[in-house]
Amino acid sequence: MKLEDLKKIREKSEKDMLLRAAKTRLKVVVGMGTSGIAAGARETLKTFLDEIEKRDLRDVVVTQAGERGLSSHEPIVTVIEEGKPSVVYGNVTAELARRIVAEHLVNGNPVSAAIIEVKE
Amino acid sequence: MSVFRTHVLLPVDEGTAQAGVFEIKRRLEKELDSRKLLGEVKVLESGSVGIVGKGVILAVYPDRVYYFNVRQEDVPRIVDEHLLKGRIAAGLDHAPIAAMEAEKSKVGLTREQRRVVLDKAWTVDPENIEETLAAGGYAGLEKLFAEKTAPEALIEEIKRSGLRGRGGAGFPTGMKWEFTRKAAGDEKFIICNADEGEPGTFKDRLILEGDPHRLIEAMTIAGYAIGAGRGYVYIRGEYQLSIERLRKAIAQARSYGLLGKNILESGFSFELEIKKGAGAYVCGEETALIESLEGKRGNPRIKPPYPVTHGLWQKPTAVNNVETLANVPAIVVRGADWFRGIGTDKCPGTKVFTILGHVVYPGLVETDMGTSLREIIFGYGGGIQGGKKFKAALLGGAAGVFLPEKLLDVRMDYESLKENKAVLGSGAVLVMDETTSIIDMLFSIAKFFAHESCGQCVPCRVGTRQILDIIYRIRRGRGREGDLESMLALAETMFRSSLCPLGQSLVMPVKSALENFKEEFALACGQAVKS
Repeated sequence: MKLEDLKKIREKSEKDMLLRAAKTRLKVVVGMGTSGIAAGARETLKTFLDEIEKRDLRDVVVTQAGERGLSSHEPIVTVIEEGKPSVVYGNVTAELARRIVAEHLVNGNPVSAAIIEVKE
Repeated sequence: MSVFRTHVLLPVDEGTAQAGVFEIKRRLEKELDSRKLLGEVKVLESGSVGIVGKGVILAVYPDRVYYFNVRQEDVPRIVDEHLLKGRIAAGLDHAPIAAMEAEKSKVGLTREQRRVVLDKAWTVDPENIEETLAAGGYAGLEKLFAEKTAPEALIEEIKRSGLRGRGGAGFPTGMKWEFTRKAAGDEKFIICNADEGEPGTFKDRLILEGDPHRLIEAMTIAGYAIGAGRGYVYIRGEYQLSIERLRKAIAQARSYGLLGKNILESGFSFELEIKKGAGAYVCGEETALIESLEGKRGNPRIKPPYPVTHGLWQKPTAVNNVETLANVPAIVVRGADWFRGIGTDKCPGTKVFTILGHVVYPGLVETDMGTSLREIIFGYGGGIQGGKKFKAALLGGAAGVFLPEKLLDVRMDYESLKENKAVLGSGAVLVMDETTSIIDMLFSIAKFFAHESCGQCVPCRVGTRQILDIIYRIRRGRGREGDLESMLALAETMFRSSLCPLGQSLVMPVKSALENFKEEFALACGQAVKS
C-alpha cells in the first residue's frame, strides 16, 4: 500500500464514524412519536437516509426524537445547524424530505413554504 | 456502503462476555430485524469502556447514551423506545456519554477523561481496521514515512516528550531506545511486555482489546526507531480476547501493507509475532520474559548486561510496556510539546489507573499524571461503598505500597510518590474501607510472593517464605517479640540482595504497612503501642 492509498481508505471510512463524534455540522431530527409514526415518519426518515447516501453527504447526522405535541403537522423534522437558528418543518413527506436535503442541507436555503417554526 | 443513522456499540470484555453480551447482541439484531431497522441501526462490538460490575453495557450514538445492566427483556424496550422513537427507555439504568464540555464536578467513571492511549478504545470497532484508520489509527506511521523522519530524530522527539515507562519503573523511553539503537549488532528486537500480572491491574488488557492496532503501529514505530525488523508481543495467556483481537489486527495490518515488507513504500520492513505467557508473575520482569521467549524456564538474568545490549538471543532488545508504547503514535502525530503540556513537568502525559476494592465505581480511568489520589478514589471511583470510611489504598499491585488517609492528597506521578516513599507501579489503586485488616492484606501479598518466587536466588526464595511464616503467626494472634523487626530486616535484606524486582519489592508493602499501620500490628503482636 502507498501513502495515498492510506489516505483514501481513511476518507472513505470517516463518514461512517462521524456519528460517533461529539459534534457534527448538521443534525436532522425526525419526530418519531406515535402520531409521527402514524403519519409516516418512518418513510420520511428512510428517505432522508437514502438521499443523504445518494448525495454522499458527510457531515449530516439523522436522529429521532419524541412527540412535539403538534400532531396535525406530523411528520415533523427539525434541522439543527451549528451557530444558526433551528428550523422546524411540518408535514414532511418523502418528496419534501428530498427537497429539504437538496435545498437546505446542500445549498443552505431552507424550504420556506414548509417551515412551521424557527427556534433561536 | 449504506448510511446508518444510529450506531449501537456493545463493549466486549471478559466481564460483559460473562454477563451475556453476545446473547444481547443476537437479541438486539433479532428485534431490529423484526422492526426492519437493521438497515438504519448498526450494531457493533467495541473495546471495554472501563466500567466493571455493570453487566452488559450498550452505547448509543449519536445520542451519546450508555445503558447499563442490560437484560434480555430490556432489549425490545430499548429498540421500541430509543432506537425507533428516539427517547431514552425509562426505568433502565443509563447515563450520558461525557462529551468534551461535560461538567468536571460529576462523580463516577462516565465523567470526562482525557484520553490519549484509550482515545479509540470504546468508540471504534477493534476488529475493523478501516474504522481504526478513519479514527486516526496509523497516522503516526503515516506522518513518519511521509516526512521521511530519520530514526535518530524520532528518538530525539520521544526523549524530548519526556515519556517514561508505564510498566512501573518509569524509565525514560527515549533513552532506552537510544541505547538499543546505539548498541552494536546487526539484528535487534523490540518486545512488548503485555504479561500484565500485577494483581488488580488490567489497563493493558483494555488497551489491547479496545485498540489492538495502536500497539501494532507503536511497535512498528519503535522497531523503526531502534532498527529492529522483528517484534514480539509477550502476552499473558489468560488474555484470550486480547490475543484473538491482536491476531486479527495483525492479519489485517499485513493485508493492508501496514506490516510486513516495505511498509508504505518506506523501505522499512517489520514483522510482529505473538507469544503467550504461561502465567508466571516473574515473567513480567524483562529478563525472565526474554528467557521465557527463548523457550527456557522464566528465570531472571543477572544484570548487567541489560537487554538494551544483550537481550533476546543476546541481541540488543528494547522491552516496553503496552501503555508506554500506546503513547508513542500520539506523540509522533501531535509532537513532544503537546505531550509535555499534559501531566506534570517531570512526568508528562496521562496514566491509566485501575480502581478496585471498596469503591462505588470500580473500573478504569485515564487521567493526567499528577492527579491526586483523592480525586481518583472519590472523583472517579465515587468514594467508599456503603458510606464507610476510607482506611488505606494499595498502589501498584502486590509489589506496591499501602497509603493511609493522611496521604490521600498525594499527586499520582513517579516523582511525587517517590517523595512520599510510594510507587506508582502499574497504576492499580486497591481501595480498602475501615473494616479491612491490613494484616490480612499483607498476609495474602506475602503468600502471593512466596508462591511466585522463581526460587533461583536464595534471598527471595527463603525470604518470602520466612516473611510468610511471620505474618501467618501474627495473623493467628501468636506474634512474638521482635517479629515486626525481623520481618522488616528480612524484607530489606531481600531488597539489597535479590536478583530481580520480585524479591526486591516485597519490602514496599511490608515497610509501608508497618509504618502506616503500626498500631494494628503492635496490637496483634500483643505489644504496647510505641509512639
